[in-house]
Order: sequence, then structure tokens, then C-alpha cells
Amino acid sequence: MATNKAGKQTLIFPYAPVIFSWGTVVGPMEGQGPLSGYFDKIMENDLEDGDKSWEKSEQGMMQHSMEFALEKVGLTGENLDFYLAGDLLNQIISANFTARFFDVPFLGIYGACSTLAEGMTLGAALLCAGYADKVGVSVSSHHETAERQLRMPTEQGVQRPLTAQWTVTGAGTYLLSAAGGGIRITSATVGKIKDLGVGDANDMGTAMAPAAMDTLKTHLQDMNRKPEDYDLIITGDLGVLGLNILKELMRQEGYSVDNVSDCGVLIYKPEQDTHSGGSGCGCSGVVLSYILQKMLEGRYKRVILLGTGALLSPTSSFQGESIPGIAHGVVFEYS
Amino acid sequence: MELLLKAFILGGVICALGQILMDFTPFNVTPGHILVGYVTVGAVISALGWYQPLIDWGGAGASVPLSGFGHLLAQGAIEGVKKNGLLGAIGGGIEASAVGIAAAVIFGLLTATFFKPRG
Amino acid sequence: MEKEEIIRQKYEARQQLLKTWPGMNEDAKNNIYKEIQTDHQKLIVLEPQAEQGRRQTLLKLRADLEKQQKDLQDIDALLYRQMTTPLAPKPNFLKNLILAFVVGGLICTVGQLIMNLFMANGVVEKDAGTATSTLLIFAGAFFTGLGVYDELGKRAGAGSIVPITGFANSVAAAALEFKREGFIYGVGARIFTVAGPVIVYGTLISILIGLVHYF
Repeated sequence: MATNKAGKQTLIFPYAPVIFSWGTVVGPMEGQGPLSGYFDKIMENDLEDGDKSWEKSEQGMMQHSMEFALEKVGLTGENLDFYLAGDLLNQIISANFTARFFDVPFLGIYGACSTLAEGMTLGAALLCAGYADKVGVSVSSHHETAERQLRMPTEQGVQRPLTAQWTVTGAGTYLLSAAGGGIRITSATVGKIKDLGVGDANDMGTAMAPAAMDTLKTHLQDMNRKPEDYDLIITGDLGVLGLNILKELMRQEGYSVDNVSDCGVLIYKPEQDTHSGGSGCGCSGVVLSYILQKMLEGRYKRVILLGTGALLSPTSSFQGESIPGIAHGVVFEYS
Repeated sequence: MELLLKAFILGGVICALGQILMDFTPFNVTPGHILVGYVTVGAVISALGWYQPLIDWGGAGASVPLSGFGHLLAQGAIEGVKKNGLLGAIGGGIEASAVGIAAAVIFGLLTATFFKPRG
Repeated sequence: MEKEEIIRQKYEARQQLLKTWPGMNEDAKNNIYKEIQTDHQKLIVLEPQAEQGRRQTLLKLRADLEKQQKDLQDIDALLYRQMTTPLAPKPNFLKNLILAFVVGGLICTVGQLIMNLFMANGVVEKDAGTATSTLLIFAGAFFTGLGVYDELGKRAGAGSIVPITGFANSVAAAALEFKREGFIYGVGARIFTVAGPVIVYGTLISILIGLVHYF
């Protein structure tokens, strides 16, 4: 009998784990965005000095975000019981290579842009089950590495469709602990795959919105709550179009949509010409740190992050497969 | 001067057609599709004898777009047949476009050698 | 009754739903999807045990089930598309068209200028054309290297793809992009990512045209 489960898909964390430290590193473009003041490090260039490739820089970002998070609380990698990390590159190389540097048991995870929510859910579960005292979760994405893998060579002169999202260059690490005070992870809802036949890799918001809606609806049912019970419902990351579709789906369900936002919409200014906003693991990976700081300032008390992932690959795209969408919800509370 | 204006108009129209193909068709038309489509369609139009009049009227306006590359391939194949028969039919197109392909390869290679991708 | 007969009957009953499907609520739909999947799973287990004749029936039934699943999903996809299409941002078609026209036209005009210069210096027309193409290919590759051509392409669309400079851009961009994977499997192999299909089908069509003229 699963004693800590509510309804169909929601995990309740009785000893709610605390997020006790975090670190974020972003690229220059994110550094010009509206949230620039909330990041630990802004790189001057997409390719850090001395790096041979963008892939190397992405791995470096993830490593640096982890180092920020650890150093802020005076820990090292070996103080963690487990390290969960993932990214967008084939075989999640950024995460695997980052784990080389920290003397810590490592589980690589993949959920596209939902990786952060996935990692936090698993991390909180490990802590609650008594398997760990401290767990680290890292995610990263890099605009240039993702574009070249999933779409076109970056120097090719093509028009990006207006529905396209801009992969965020950024990495975030969050350290969770079973004890202490601070922002707590109180519950999490694991989502199901939703695929409504959208096959366009340049329109991931439309592909993921049904998954976000499904997970949100299930979460609210499982917890017996209403959208108003949250100060903020933030998806990461549907983009401008996907957010509009989610709001439309919510209205059809009779939900209020006043407190709904999206990481991909928050991270850039409209004039930065990203079309539909940001995407990538790093998007929710760095925007969450902004949300957490706002929570500490008392602006929000209860927030749900709906990490949404478009689970496609370049191969499936070329073969004309539609995009399976996923969304996991993680609830943060601070009082 | 008149020739320049004609080249501008014809070249512009041919490119605008490509934009219409990309924007107004339900299919996901990528640059790859556009390039391949222009070369093959250009070659067919040329084989039917309709491309030379365009070049006579608009000069570079017809020869610079990739359909002009198709024209080169088609005319090369036709010339090849006249000169060498069956072998010419097979090799004529490539022969006529050899300079273009070689230039693309060598300048592509030089670009990769001397520049850094900047994203 | 054999298991497959029950499954067949349930399948036939569900086929009647195809028409009323759009109006059904989500829970009812999910139940149908679950039912199909459960039957599918039963068939998969039956298949390897069945002898030849029965196996054909089972395979046919499985194909029908999979088709039914796909058909229902397609209806859902269509409904979703109808809902989302009005929300999608519309590109500014007119602006795109004008930019494509102007930029494409200008590139061709530059081509004509270069060609005029060659011919004024006594180069015959055919060679002048080839030399012009070569220069334009150089320019396309060079501006790709400088990181300018992709900026142009963002605005001009087909205006910068259709001219031969666009061909050069696709060759140079692919080559440049994969420089870090080395010069053999990176640059050397990837240089033809976009140019390859052009050369392949260009060759094919030229040979076809040649053959037509030969016979």
C-alpha cells in the first residue's frame, strides 16, 4: 500500500525536503534579459574562454552552477548522497561529464525541458524514503549545442518560425536536504505522456500544452485543490504560444488563469526576438532560482512548477513522428 | 542599366516565389527542399526550352537563382548528348556545373578552416 | 467463444464510436484507449501460441486494432489542431514577400553587375557567367564565415536561400558547424548535409534529361 501517495499520480512528502542552496549560470543573452540580477554568473560569451567547443562550455556551466551551490553552504560533492542531473544532448553528456568532477553517486536523468522537475521529484522521494540526507539536482542547456543537434547548422540563413522557442543557455543546480528550514517541496505529481499529433519541432509549446494541462488537472484533483490555492502556477517552458493554449484549455475546464505564467516567457524581453520565448532544461533550471528568491522575499507562499518536456529526437523528427509531451508538477511552499 | 533593372525584377520574382512556397504551403518547406526543388524544376523547365528566354530577358536575374544551376545541368546534358552520345548524357550535366560545385566545396572548406562558428 | 472473437466483437462495437468520438468526454475516451490497449496486449500473447490458420486471424485483428487506435488518435489530433490554430501567431506574409523580393533581386543585380564588368573586359558571355557564379559562391561562403549571412537569412528568407549565394551558405554553414568534430568526419562529411541532396538530384535530373534527348 502506497501510504504517501495522494490520488492517482501525486507524491506527498511528509518530511518535506528543503531546498537549502542553489547556483545558476547563464549565457550572455539570458544575462540581458529581465532576470539578469538573479543569476550567480553571466558568461561573457556563449563559448567560454579556453573552451574548444560549445559542448564543453555547456558542461562547464553545469559544473560551475554546482560549484556555486556547494560553495555557498561550504560543502563539497562528497557531502551529497546522490547527484541527479540531465541535459538535452545525446546520451546526456553534459551531466555525465559534470559528474566526473564530483565524488558523488550519480543518476543521469532525461526529460527534455522537464528534467528539473523530474530530478526534484526523484530527489525529494529519495530524501523522504530515508535513503539520503542531501541530494543535488542539476540541469543545463545551451542554445548552440541544442540547435545544431535538433535543427540546422547555426550559421545557415533560415527564418525561424514565429512558433519556435529559443533554447536557453543556462545551467542550474539545486541542493535538497531532509532537515533544516527554508523553502520546502511538499508534493509532486508525475505526469503521463500526452501526444496530440503535433510533429513540428518548431512548435513545441503546442505539443506540450496538453501534457501540462493533464498534469495540472490531475494534481488539483489528487490534492483536492483549486488553481487559486497557488500563488503562482509556472510552466517550464511552454513559451508564449503554449502558455496561451494552456490558458485556453484551463478556461475550458473552468479554471481561473490569473496566476499562470511560464519560465520561457519570463526569461527574455519581448524585444530580444526569440519569437515564442525560451526553452530547454536550463530555462526552468535558472528561472526557478528567481522564483525561489521571490518566495524568500515573501511574494509567493505556494508555487507549483510544471516542468514540461517535448520528448522528440532529431531522428524521430525526420521520420515524421509526432512529439510526445510530458509534464511533472513540483510544489514549493515557504512560510 | 536596363539590364540591371530587369535582373532585379526577375531575380526578385523568382525568390519571392520561393517565399510563397515556404509561407503558404501546409508542408514544412525547409531550405533543403527549396534548393533541391529549384534545381530540379529549373532543369526541367530548361529542358523544355523555356529557361533560355528568361536568361535572355533578365540575365543574372535568371542565372543567379538556383534554378539557373538546374538550367546549367540540363543544357550540359543536352550538349553532352550532341558531342558524346550516351556518355555525354550521363556526364554532361556534371561537366557543365563542375566549376560551381568545386567552388562551393573549396570555399566551404576554406570558410571552415579560417573562421569560427559563432552561432 | 474464443478470446479473439470477443475482442473482434468489442472492436466492431468501438468502430461505431468513430462518429460520436469528438463529442465524448476525456474520461470516456481514456477508457476506450485503455480497452484497445488491453485487447492488444492479449493478442500479443496469443499470437506465438497459435497455429498457422488462427495466427492469420489474430494478425489481422491486431492490425485492425492498431488502425482503430490510430484513427481515434487522428481525430483527437484534428480537434486539437482546430483549437490551437487560431491561437498561433501569423507571420507577416507581405513583409516576408517584399523582403524576399528585394534581397533576392539585389543579389541578382550584383550578379549582373559583376557579369557586366567581366564582359566589358572582353570575357565571353558563357565564361563570364561561370566566373560570376564562382565569385557569388565565394561571397556567400565568406559572409557565412563572418556570421553575416544567417542574419540576412533571418530577414530575407527565400531571398537569401534561392540565389546561388544561399547554396554556398548551406555548404559553408554545415562545414563550419562541424569543424570541432575534426576535418574528416566533421567538415569533410558534413559539408554535404544540404548541398548533397542538391547535387544528387541535380545529377539525377540532368542524366534523365540527357537520356531523353539521346533516345
